[in-house]
Amino acid sequence: MQPFTRLEAIAVPLPYSNIDTDQLIPARFMSRPRAQGYGDLLLHDMRTKPGFPLDDPAYAGARIVVARRNFGCGSSREAAVYALVDAGIRCVIAPSFGDIFAANACNNGLLAAQVTEDAAEALLARLQAGDNRLHVDLEHCLIGDIGFQVEPVTRIKLLRGWEDLDLTRSHQDAIAAFADADRHRRPWATPTTEPPTCPTP
Amino acid sequence: MAGETLFDKVWNQHVVLTRDDGQALLWIDRHFVHEGSHHAFATLRQRDAAVARPDLTFGVADHYVPTRARHAPIGDAAISRMVTQLSNNTAAHHVRLFGLDDPAQGIVHVVGPEQGLTLPGLSIVCGDSHTSTHGAFGALAFGIGASDVAHVLMTQTLWQKRPLRMRIIVHGLLGPGVSAKDLALFVIAAMGADGARGHAVEFAGPATAALSMEGRMTLCNMAIEAGAKCAMVAPDAVTLAYVTGRHFAPGGADLARAAAAWAGLVTDDDAVFDRDIEMDAAAIAPTITWGISPEDALPITAVLPDPALEQDAGRASHIAEALAYMGLSAGQPLGDVRVDRVFIGSCTNSRIEDLRQAAAVLAGRRAVIPGLVSPGSSRVKAQAEREGLDVVFRAAGLEWADSGCSMCVAMNGDHAEPGERCASTTNRNFKGRQGPGSRTHLMSPAMAAAAAVTGLLTDVRTLTELP
Ligand code: SF4
Repeated sequence: MQPFTRLEAIAVPLPYSNIDTDQLIPARFMSRPRAQGYGDLLLHDMRTKPGFPLDDPAYAGARIVVARRNFGCGSSREAAVYALVDAGIRCVIAPSFGDIFAANACNNGLLAAQVTEDAAEALLARLQAGDNRLHVDLEHCLIGDIGFQVEPVTRIKLLRGWEDLDLTRSHQDAIAAFADADRHRRPWATPTTEPPTCPTP
Repeated sequence: MAGETLFDKVWNQHVVLTRDDGQALLWIDRHFVHEGSHHAFATLRQRDAAVARPDLTFGVADHYVPTRARHAPIGDAAISRMVTQLSNNTAAHHVRLFGLDDPAQGIVHVVGPEQGLTLPGLSIVCGDSHTSTHGAFGALAFGIGASDVAHVLMTQTLWQKRPLRMRIIVHGLLGPGVSAKDLALFVIAAMGADGARGHAVEFAGPATAALSMEGRMTLCNMAIEAGAKCAMVAPDAVTLAYVTGRHFAPGGADLARAAAAWAGLVTDDDAVFDRDIEMDAAAIAPTITWGISPEDALPITAVLPDPALEQDAGRASHIAEALAYMGLSAGQPLGDVRVDRVFIGSCTNSRIEDLRQAAAVLAGRRAVIPGLVSPGSSRVKAQAEREGLDVVFRAAGLEWADSGCSMCVAMNGDHAEPGERCASTTNRNFKGRQGPGSRTHLMSPAMAAAAAVTGLLTDVRTLTELP
């Protein structure tokens, strides 16, 4: 995963609360394989509105989004993050995020930066007034001189570009030992009717 | 030392190890995958990796399956590919699939409990936010994204940070005509769509304990709409009775041992929650949504909000946008709103009890608008037909279909038309959720049935007598 340290880029204001994952990418497009890219599907049905900020030339090439509270609420579809990332967005700034969205964002190198409601309103006003560039510094958790919050674990993962799987693999023995002990502790936790129709590899 | 919450007890039993930074590696007991898992299986292919525990992994075809003409080939190529892709992926990895033709097929959050795969004290994940449903059994159950699905497939574990704990104690009992769905919508409206963010919620109190397993599932299902990480209800005699005898559930000595373990899955008297909320069930009226977020919920007796009277700028613009999208005006009584279509189904409200409640309202009456009833699983469908509920729905003029996500998410082609207003027993009223331009009002099965009969948003309590 590509690490995230600093980003200076154009930011687009999306002055809406509760931008849910059905807006970020409508369900009917989700059968598309990732290889084809999801960028053109980002906020597909909201973009039909004339003058929607994402298509305003003033914000062309934006890599940062600023929105109101509860961004990315709703379904667990990681495609919502794919749509943002494939459209070139690397940072979303909002007062709060859906938990699953935030986890998915981190797994795809997208920074979900949490600011206060007042800071979000101030940023939105600034962007709408034409001052459209923001500087995001993950090392110091700053957007210009405005502080933001991000889970410490998420911050490290993004800064280093870590993927969970590599770390998990290094704990393989601990996992095997846990599974073994657990089988004796909770024999009832394994399904009784053996489901696999073929022998497991 | 303070006692432990139900959540902490279950969590602690699944911690393989804890990192210095507090991240815990959790063991996963059950992993459900649906058609949306194709991204995760693609990751496995890229890494040439196998599913670590096919015996703990279960596939369910639900999001894209047709609910009509089930045995005919699927016309839409993209939809058809999603269903076959799941069959191919699960077959390649020796994962048991409840596929299109399986007599136990259904919506993943209906099938898991019904098959006895969902049990108290388990850790359960699925690439689906409504996995919180399974917490109704006292399981630790939550939705994850595709990267984490791939991680669980390959390792049967997941890195997680321990969430905060919240308890919602619901005192008293729900009144007649008021169900778990109304309670859920009431809670979401009170807390906001992000009110429980970062929290594991335990529902407690007499009103929770009085709910059937179906009701508890509805409640935990909707907790994600308040932003909760997961939701739980302590297992009790109701839970044990539900689980006993189910296909994959433990039996004999294993069941006795399990039941003894489950008896300990209660919050200790001296346990401390990060947040404690109390509410009175008797104060809850049948509740419906009017806007474009589940937090936009009001008692059916209310009038629509006015953005001009709202102090908070963000909230005012949300209300204005919601009213415009929904084609409603400020101050309008909810009971005056005309409805075009009804949908009874989804992982929130498609279990047998839900169908019974809707049928009780529809019996001897006619729907004045079209509607679709999609049972939560093929087993629920068969049960409903044994009870004659299908006859009631059909006699009322509603369509009786096969099981699947159907009009909850409109992925399989079942949808509402642009501008159409749908009284729906589902869980999300997001813009376009039931099809581009569709307008969704969330409500209980009884309330949806009442709307079908009158063609208006209707307080079911006014319809108690048969015509
Ligand atoms: S019924 Fe709706 S909410 Fe439930 S799993 Fe299916 S699409 Fe998701």
